[in-house]
Amino acid sequence: MKIHIKSGRLVDPKNGVDTARDLYVAAGKVIAVGDAPAGFSANRVIDAAGKIVCPGLVDLAVRLREPGYEYMATLESEMEAAIAGGVTSLACPPDTDPALDEPGLVEMLKFRAKNLNQAHVYPVGALTIGLKGERLTEMAELRDAGCVAFSQAEAPFANNQVLMHALEYAATFGFPVWLRPQDPALAGHGVAHDGEVATRLGLPAIPSSAEVIALSTILILARETGARIHVARLSSAEGVAMVREAKSRGLPVSCDIGIHHAHLSEMDIGYFDPNCHLLPPLRSLRDRDALRAGLADGTIDALCSDHTPVDEDVKQVPFSEAEAGATGVELLLPLALKWAAESQLPLSAAIDRITAKPAAILGIDAGHLAVGAAADICIFDSAEYWRVEPAALRSQGKNTPFSGIELCGRVSHTLVSGNIVYEKVNKNK
Amino acid sequence: MPANPLPDAEQLLASLTDRMRPAVGPDTGLVGIHTGGVWLAERLHQALGIKLPLGTLDVSFYRDDFNKKGLRRNVKSSDIPFDVDGCKVVIVDDVLYTGRTIRAAMNELFDYGRPASIRLATLVNRGGRELPISADFTGAEISAGADESIELARDAQGRLSLQLTRN
Amino acid sequence: MWLDPANPQLNKNGELHHLLSLEGLPAGVLRQILDTAESFVGVTQREVKKVPLLRGKAVFNLFFEPSTRTRTTFEIAAKRLSADVINLAINVSSQSKGESVLDTVANLAAMQADMFIVRHAASGAPYMIAKHVAPDIHVVNAGDGRHAHPTQGLLDMYTIRHYKGDFTKLRVAIVGDILHSRVARSQIHALTTLGCPEIRVIGPKTLLPSHVNRLGVQVYADMRQGLKDVDVVMMLRLQNERMKGALLPSAQEFYKYYGLTEDKLALAKSDAIVLHPGPMNRGVEIDSSVADGKQSVILPQVTFGIAIRMAVMSLLAGGQR
Repeated sequence: MKIHIKSGRLVDPKNGVDTARDLYVAAGKVIAVGDAPAGFSANRVIDAAGKIVCPGLVDLAVRLREPGYEYMATLESEMEAAIAGGVTSLACPPDTDPALDEPGLVEMLKFRAKNLNQAHVYPVGALTIGLKGERLTEMAELRDAGCVAFSQAEAPFANNQVLMHALEYAATFGFPVWLRPQDPALAGHGVAHDGEVATRLGLPAIPSSAEVIALSTILILARETGARIHVARLSSAEGVAMVREAKSRGLPVSCDIGIHHAHLSEMDIGYFDPNCHLLPPLRSLRDRDALRAGLADGTIDALCSDHTPVDEDVKQVPFSEAEAGATGVELLLPLALKWAAESQLPLSAAIDRITAKPAAILGIDAGHLAVGAAADICIFDSAEYWRVEPAALRSQGKNTPFSGIELCGRVSHTLVSGNIVYEKVNKNK
Repeated sequence: MPANPLPDAEQLLASLTDRMRPAVGPDTGLVGIHTGGVWLAERLHQALGIKLPLGTLDVSFYRDDFNKKGLRRNVKSSDIPFDVDGCKVVIVDDVLYTGRTIRAAMNELFDYGRPASIRLATLVNRGGRELPISADFTGAEISAGADESIELARDAQGRLSLQLTRN
Repeated sequence: MWLDPANPQLNKNGELHHLLSLEGLPAGVLRQILDTAESFVGVTQREVKKVPLLRGKAVFNLFFEPSTRTRTTFEIAAKRLSADVINLAINVSSQSKGESVLDTVANLAAMQADMFIVRHAASGAPYMIAKHVAPDIHVVNAGDGRHAHPTQGLLDMYTIRHYKGDFTKLRVAIVGDILHSRVARSQIHALTTLGCPEIRVIGPKTLLPSHVNRLGVQVYADMRQGLKDVDVVMMLRLQNERMKGALLPSAQEFYKYYGLTEDKLALAKSDAIVLHPGPMNRGVEIDSSVADGKQSVILPQVTFGIAIRMAVMSLLAGGQR
């Protein structure tokens, strides 16, 4: 289908574009930017006046809950949620049931996702069998089945030797390894940041040192093994400083934070709100400010949603018993915009952190809109306010700390491979 | 300016004391209801030469309006330092109105024991009874409107007076 | 960002609607509870220990964490208010998930419950329950995880006030496993609110919360230093599990350095009082001679505990003014 997206403000950080420019799509690709190609006759014209036109969002962590957790959410519902959030490429973590440790499971997931004709799905494979942290998976086979990287999700390694061997093996093939730094023994049964709030509320706590010590191990082993490391979901000021230092010494490491950690802190737990029970935990205001600064100066490369839909039953329990995580793929865009606005950065900075940068981490040709690029496009109104109503979210996960909060930035159209897969219906308020 | 000025409480107390004198004896147990009833009972206790120590009751735990109004602030202690069983008790309160306070006081008193008899002495009887309760000894009968309340006050020197306030 | 800025314990008039924690309760409310309890102490000394305040009301003891002592005290207190008491000991083992907390509560509320007394191993559980019950049902926290034990804190304050009077002139020491203690947290909040100028916590570092100094207390590792010239010594129970969890080497070493013996108590003021929430580990955190000695007020604490719980239940159950 030939599509003319007209009168929008094109924001394409990878190509340094932030100006009024029309976009022309045909055969699933961007065929022209600015002026129409000769003889172009659009089947559909999208009027993007007053709106932003940017690359479709690339989300590094979206839990689709299949296979195994269909009572929490289904592939269908979460893929709907993703495109409603403007996400056109997403990576899903291996912590399904069973874990994504066999090529057959990966192929099935890719097949099911492809048939929905919505966002592109890039599975992250399990580093160890069953995510038990003991025996390595057949990473090469998994890569052939479609895995773009390998990770342990939230599961620990049995010991550092397994971690080292996993990194060595991955380095053999040049496979990226994504790791969330957390020392399991220091974290213990903690559910909140070891700070003033956990002290007052009497919650078992996870000290920052649990992250810092694990991160230090990861960085040293990365240097020794030559593995390509991506640090997933940083949470502490010290962690940011450590990554900054490692990068300055030339270590090829990338890193991301979950969008909730760019905004919330331990203070938001309030009276034991289980929606603020996240992993890693929401830490102090000082940590949050360091994360925001790291995002601004490039120490932290990307923002992701860390989308974790859960069924209501596991959140309607006391804080420490609640399943950790928040639904977030539909909030990634407005929350990224909010970060940039509050940090006095241009809107393009927010877009960069959720398009070009995560695409680079994934190693895919996405997150930009130069001529020839796949027509994965997000059109949104950067001035439209909307209230987060859990019941209105397309995700089956209604667990959000932002329930009832007004956010700014609303997706009106999402295109994947040149097809309009999502269009906001204008209901009268 | 009250339409009907209230009588002097000290004078009423004097006449109440006179009325009670022939009716009380060495085995009378005097019990005042907080707060005005206790002030009166203290004076009566001394003036009538009551032998048994003075008892005091706070009826807050026995009121019938708990579900509507909750517990009052400043709940005081109840203290009956004599044996209620078989005792001839005289309850003292400042103003007798609906009778509900006295009903509560009697219920509370019965949780201390089984008195031989209970009589009621009140400084002011303002009518408006909602229960079949009457005073055996009264200072004066005073009528007041439903929107008015009559209260006993005590100054720093211990002098008693009656106040009429509109609600 | 939970949209509930108001204190979930108080109604719009600032009156107590649930009792969940002593933190955030105004001094006036604390004093009102203590004053009301004073009247109830008188009731507990009578022949007929009952008053009809809660007649016709149903009080449900919802204990998700077992406890005979606390449950019995609440039961006695409720019965002395003439309430109907139903005890529910809910077995929450990891194997048997069974009915969720909220489902249990909803079922009981449908049985005309007026008040829930809740004890749970997870901090914050009573808040969750309070959030989900109908507006006319009251929730009393009988101990949630490490977070709070408000009635214990209140009875400790009552005890201190009874023997020592003015909080603003006292030095108070809390000794033992503060890290895991909901009693200690409640005590600290109450003492702070009531104006106690010096609150000391004494214990080994492994048993102190990382940010305990942010609670407004002074931290002492040396018990002899910490007890010097204090007016009140509040001992905490040391659970056996702490020895197994690599937090402490042995009960003997703990006793030597943090157990309350006569010679350590002698460092406090000569008229200092000794409190303990019970049950006591004699010879671990406290010597028998001290527990049974003339400075111990541990037994009166129990009596006061019933009066405090009667006061709390009465203040909650009374109608809105």
